[in-house]
Amino acid sequence: MRVSLKWLAEYVDIDLPPEEIGHRLTMAGLEMERIERIGAGWDEELITVGSVVSVEPHPNADRLRLATVDYGADEPLTVVCAAPNVEAGQKIAFARAGATLIDARSGESAVLKPAKIRGVESSGMVCSEQELGLSEEHEGILVLADDAPVGTPLAQYLGDSVLDLDVTPNRPDWLSMVGVAREVAALTGTTVREPEHTYEELDEPAPAKVWVDIADPDLCFRYVASLIEGVELGPSPAWMQERLTAAGMRPINNVVDITNYVMLELGQPLHAFDFSNVGGGKIVVRRAKKGEELVTLDGEKRKLTTDMLVIADEKDAIALAGVMGGAGSEITDKTQTILLESATFYGHNVRRTAAQLKSRSEASTRFEKGLSPELAMVAAQRATKLLVELAGGRALHGLVDSYPEPVKEKHLDVTRKRLEQVLGIDLPTSAVRGALTSLGFGCKWEPPEHYQVRVPYWRTDVDIPDDIAEEVARIIGYDKIPTKSLGGDVPPAAPQPLRDLRERLRDALVAAGMQEIITYSLTTLDELSRVLPEDQISALLKVVNPLSAEHEYLRPVLRGSVLKTLAANVRHTDGETALFEASRVYLPREDELPIEQEHVVGVVAGRREDRWGRASDEPVDFFDAKGYIEAALRAAGVVGTFSAAEEHGLLPGRTATVQAGNETVGVVGQVHPDVAASFGLDQDVYLFELVVDYLLPAVEEGVDYKPLLRFPPVVQDIALLVDLTQTAEEVAALIRQHELVRRVQLFDVYEGEGVPADKKSLAFSVTYQSDEKTLTDKEVAKAQASILTRLHAELNAELRG
Amino acid sequence: MAAGIVDLDAIASTARSELDAASDEAELEAWRVTHLGRKGTLTSVLRQLGGLEIEERRRVGSEANVLKGELEAAFEAKRDDLKGQKLAATMLEGQIDVTLPARKKRVGRLHPITQTTREIVDIFVSMGFSVAEGPEVETDYYNFEALLLDRDHPARDMQDTLYIDYERDGQYPFMMRTHTSPNQVRFMEEHKPPIRVVVPGKCYRNEATDPTHEWMITQIEVLAVDEGISLADLKGTLFEFAKRMFGQDRRVRFRCDYFPYVEPGVDMAIDCFICGGDGCRTCHQEGWIEIMGAGMVHPEILSNMGYDAERVTGFAAGMGAERIALLRHGIEDIRRFYQNDLRFLEQF
Repeated sequence: MRVSLKWLAEYVDIDLPPEEIGHRLTMAGLEMERIERIGAGWDEELITVGSVVSVEPHPNADRLRLATVDYGADEPLTVVCAAPNVEAGQKIAFARAGATLIDARSGESAVLKPAKIRGVESSGMVCSEQELGLSEEHEGILVLADDAPVGTPLAQYLGDSVLDLDVTPNRPDWLSMVGVAREVAALTGTTVREPEHTYEELDEPAPAKVWVDIADPDLCFRYVASLIEGVELGPSPAWMQERLTAAGMRPINNVVDITNYVMLELGQPLHAFDFSNVGGGKIVVRRAKKGEELVTLDGEKRKLTTDMLVIADEKDAIALAGVMGGAGSEITDKTQTILLESATFYGHNVRRTAAQLKSRSEASTRFEKGLSPELAMVAAQRATKLLVELAGGRALHGLVDSYPEPVKEKHLDVTRKRLEQVLGIDLPTSAVRGALTSLGFGCKWEPPEHYQVRVPYWRTDVDIPDDIAEEVARIIGYDKIPTKSLGGDVPPAAPQPLRDLRERLRDALVAAGMQEIITYSLTTLDELSRVLPEDQISALLKVVNPLSAEHEYLRPVLRGSVLKTLAANVRHTDGETALFEASRVYLPREDELPIEQEHVVGVVAGRREDRWGRASDEPVDFFDAKGYIEAALRAAGVVGTFSAAEEHGLLPGRTATVQAGNETVGVVGQVHPDVAASFGLDQDVYLFELVVDYLLPAVEEGVDYKPLLRFPPVVQDIALLVDLTQTAEEVAALIRQHELVRRVQLFDVYEGEGVPADKKSLAFSVTYQSDEKTLTDKEVAKAQASILTRLHAELNAELRG
Repeated sequence: MAAGIVDLDAIASTARSELDAASDEAELEAWRVTHLGRKGTLTSVLRQLGGLEIEERRRVGSEANVLKGELEAAFEAKRDDLKGQKLAATMLEGQIDVTLPARKKRVGRLHPITQTTREIVDIFVSMGFSVAEGPEVETDYYNFEALLLDRDHPARDMQDTLYIDYERDGQYPFMMRTHTSPNQVRFMEEHKPPIRVVVPGKCYRNEATDPTHEWMITQIEVLAVDEGISLADLKGTLFEFAKRMFGQDRRVRFRCDYFPYVEPGVDMAIDCFICGGDGCRTCHQEGWIEIMGAGMVHPEILSNMGYDAERVTGFAAGMGAERIALLRHGIEDIRRFYQNDLRFLEQF
């Protein structure tokens, strides 16, 4: 909402600087975004109101003329003027040499210099709006109101400050000058002057000529119509045009300007029909019929649906209620009688219709927020008065008012205790009453506890006592509310084991050397189809109104986004790149919200670093990725079991699932080269994925301490010949089962010379230790023998000679 | 020396010159064996004393013992000396250039939004709040209706919504949540007052992006509900947060603002920590930076939860981690966070 302070001053006295007004409004909830200063650069001495005394042709140029201007000095000045619309008798903005204006050609500020134009001396200028910085308009000069006082500095006459205010959706009354004036009055301790709305009427009663029927009262709460005869279409007065322009609207003609002016002044949108085109003199407010069409003011033929509300005459729709008028009933210069509509439509319906037809306007945004039906009558009277006084009209007697269910004035019983309970301060009754009455509320104090509050009709947002608490607080100022620390018992903490585990995994991976990334939750179908099997692609969730195709699909895996991020970053480094993300994924369900799972996905690629931190010749491999996932598992206090597996998108033979407890909690492997290549990665990439939700059950709560062993360990190395396909983990697990074995560590894997072709050698370092005594050589030998027997029997393993 | 068969002076002089000449531990040990050992020169002198007159025996014995003491002391001194020399030699040999680069230990970093979110959450935890999380895909009920935003509420425009492509009764009932406020309702449904909870999480807006707007954001929701909670508690708690987060000398500004699910509604700003409130680019010349929306929980919501809204009151607040991180680190473009350029991420 653009608020001209000059215009505002018509309704309220303003003694404070514009910044202070803006600040107070901001603190009270009506945020000022900026102040626009009109005429801030106009020199008071050199740019003044002038009067064109005479206009003569230029002796040497057809397109130029000589204007003699009285600007309040003893002698008038004659200047060269190129504008086609300059005429004797006009009041204009006159600048003399030395004034700073906007150069029409360059658009930049320039000092006006005396010049000889086609042989005629000219040391002044009749200004256009563009030269004054008011608009882009440069076709002709700016013509001022006839009563503009000659010689007055233009900055005084036309200068203004326009506050750009951000109106919250609960306050349609702030979308009006009077509404803002009420607020300013309350915040500066003064009162509002409401606009006049009485006028002379003809004897003939309007209700005799026009019928109004609200057929759908659920969508139209009140319809007020007045009839004005003999209106002469023409430009509206200069002051009105100035105000409309300051508010950001384009002046059109007196009738349209008056409806817009009253909308800006009071917040009630209005519409003027050519009464001769209202068939049967009948206004029917009804839902559109099936298949009904309407050519709207913009010339478009609109197909209407049955949930749209129209204004119709006895036969056809002639306007879309609250959204746009129809071309057939538009005001023209042939219009004799105007039917002025001031109605209250159901905001939700206007909003929906305007959205469907993509024609939201100043009018529809006001209706959307829900206007008071009381306002319709006030605005109808005000606009009729202006049509009578400024457009030569004659108003018929009375207004036609269809108001099926008049709204009752709202009264609230507000207790002093409730105000203190909400605000944390027991305010004096004078402060409460002062704040409320300054805003137009009625407030009666009934000691010892009750305020009886009457809500003014324009405050559609106030319904409950706590709304009154806010009104009082914002007028006295939130800074007057005391500051307290929360007291009372600290509530018990709700445990969040899944979140805690996820955060632990994050910390562990960072400590292990990985960089955390966070990528967008929505992605492309293309990206997902590179990492998912086909049957999952068809079931994906997507948003119906994506911002762009880049962010359309809800991801059920993080892999794609993480690989994409890796690809975007590997070109910056030769060494190892290790990234992970811990985020939610979304798994579709029938007719229910998707399941959201916490996933942790890491990728590693590149070459290990040498002693100097440079990339070595050694590429990272599967076991780097395995190392990271093990670091994460260790932080969770979980021992994972890895077994060879196949997984879509990963390379068979270099992929393992990770088990913890009885669950598969994740996977680790080399990204299939085709998949990597689809992301532009031409190197080996290793990836791991953990489902935190599945890992959680395997995490043990708390740690039970095991006493440190007092007796010395004995370490023995054994080398075993096993089948080529034998996994090391299975061998180690068997060894680990012996009661005296504390630790089994693989330290060599060998195939080749000295080992049969179908065998490989695995060397383990085995630590034996007892919690009861120091082990003898004999006892260790016995344990080893028993282990070897089992290894041979169960895994066909033999001690290597 | 005529007096005896033993020339202690000669022994002493030989021993001393040989000790001087010893240049390492092995030579020193050999010298000890030669002169002080069981079969050494001095010991043999003492062994021969038996053949002397008693008086002579006493004199020579005593002199020999004195000499033995002196030689032992000299031996100790020489040994320390050699040890010192050896250490010095070792040190010289093992001298390193300590300015050489370290053997790099890989260090990862948390994403800056994770860091900022944790910092915010931790401050509230230290004030007795617990942490909860909720779903990112929400129902219309939790995201809007339960927060008093009916389907046609004009304030729905404040939060452009990404709806899930799933229709029921001509409506789209599921959406990417536009804020963390649904968790006020979700938490209150499950818990009775007193409540103090903070809920971090990702939120989504169908909004064009620019240097100050991102469509995916991380919000932190704060909720306290109990008997006796007022606007004064809201101010006190959020002021304390602002001081811990942005510095003890921060000033705060509370002003009226509108959110449908609170009454009264509040906007909290802190004085600009770049210019100290004088006005600069960061604060758009205003001196104040708005960092969160807040307010007293609307009594209708409390009633809908089955609470006695006449007795129980509460406050709620919500803030964005990206905006706070942006301000604190002086980042010029909010979109950097989720572009994940490592050259950016590694700075935090």
